[in-house]
Amino acid sequence: MAEALAHKTIQFELVSSECVLVSEPAVMVVVPGAAGEFGVLPDHAPLLSSIRPGVVAVYLPSGDVKKVFVAGGFADVNGKLCSVLAEEAVLVSALDRAEIQENLKQLNEELKSVQGDDLKAAHIQRHMAVAQAKLAAAA
Amino acid sequence: MPSLKEFRNRIVSVKSTRKITAAMKMVAASKLRRAQHQAVANQPYAVRMANVLGRLVAAVGINETSPVLIAGTGKADTHLLLVITSDRGLCGGFNAFIVRAARLKVRELLDEGKDVKILCVGRKGRDMLKRDYADKIVHTFEGWGRKRLTFADAVEVSEYITDMIQRQQFDVCTVLYNRFKSVMTQLPTTQQLIPFAVHASEEVKTGADTGALYEFEPSEKEILETLLPLNLSVQIFRALLDSAAGEQAARMTAMDNATRNAGEMINKLTLNYNRARQAHITKELIEIISGAEAV
Repeated sequence: MAEALAHKTIQFELVSSECVLVSEPAVMVVVPGAAGEFGVLPDHAPLLSSIRPGVVAVYLPSGDVKKVFVAGGFADVNGKLCSVLAEEAVLVSALDRAEIQENLKQLNEELKSVQGDDLKAAHIQRHMAVAQAKLAAAA
Repeated sequence: MPSLKEFRNRIVSVKSTRKITAAMKMVAASKLRRAQHQAVANQPYAVRMANVLGRLVAAVGINETSPVLIAGTGKADTHLLLVITSDRGLCGGFNAFIVRAARLKVRELLDEGKDVKILCVGRKGRDMLKRDYADKIVHTFEGWGRKRLTFADAVEVSEYITDMIQRQQFDVCTVLYNRFKSVMTQLPTTQQLIPFAVHASEEVKTGADTGALYEFEPSEKEILETLLPLNLSVQIFRALLDSAAGEQAARMTAMDNATRNAGEMINKLTLNYNRARQAHITKELIEIISGAEAV
């Protein structure tokens, strides 16, 4: 049973607005859905879910795990295909802690400077949430 | 008749102009290749986005309670025009066409008694529209021609627009840009962004591969609320990419023409120069001969 599962694969695609980042068969994909992480195995029921900032883990047939950070977007799953539409996607190995911390500091200051303007503050807070998730992923 | 020296100077100056236009053509060609590549790379994302959106809208349906981005404000009093042009000139009619289309649209809307606001992308469009409609321009995004366009640029624009609609500063948003049809032709295109028009029939066709019922997580409505701003960014990004590719194509064509014209001009000038030189020699000979005869 376990062996049969290991051989069955689902086509996984990670598409960002600038290119198709990953397109290969996977044994399992773990997606950080807005309502909690969920795993996608072959023959998963059709599902459309939004994604919160986090790490998508792709379990390849070779046994390797490919981890990609996404800043949000959507997962479109049907039995044979799992496609993730990402707003921003970076390989976890390419994340740079120092740079993210610098960015976070900058956002913090910006947030202080726009006090009173709720729309702008909400906008900056959204960016901060992404940066924080990035930091957690890089750790 | 200009003197021989004047002729020589003109020929030299036209020759260096030709060198510049030929170089600009080369640069535009290589930039065009990059821009085209980027536009193609964006395609899969845009297609999937349209699929997902079509499926969602089919599941939710549009009514008065739908988010403002898809249903509009219910009025059509204030129009926002997003005019996408380039930062740099020397690209033929590229910017002029868009500005002409924008002027027509503005006049049309004003005649109907609507209020108009203009949002510019690119310095050229702003400069040309400023002459007539300076009071209507709310903001200009510029300085994007130098570097590679990123999705973040489109997000910046779409966030500005979303911000405006949340403050209820306009009802309908339309984008005007040059659609990249081929290297020779860029079509000035008008596309309505808000309220967003879903082409129902088209989406059903592309999404038909899965007849199964979809589960939505967290809920259809919540997904729609996050998907719509994203879709706005995607639409704007596509317009920006098309415009960037179109700009380089237009510049390439314009510079190709300029190079050819310069070549023609050099030929003509050289012919005139030689004629003048011969006349000069003949005149001198006549002077010498008649001088000798007189002796």
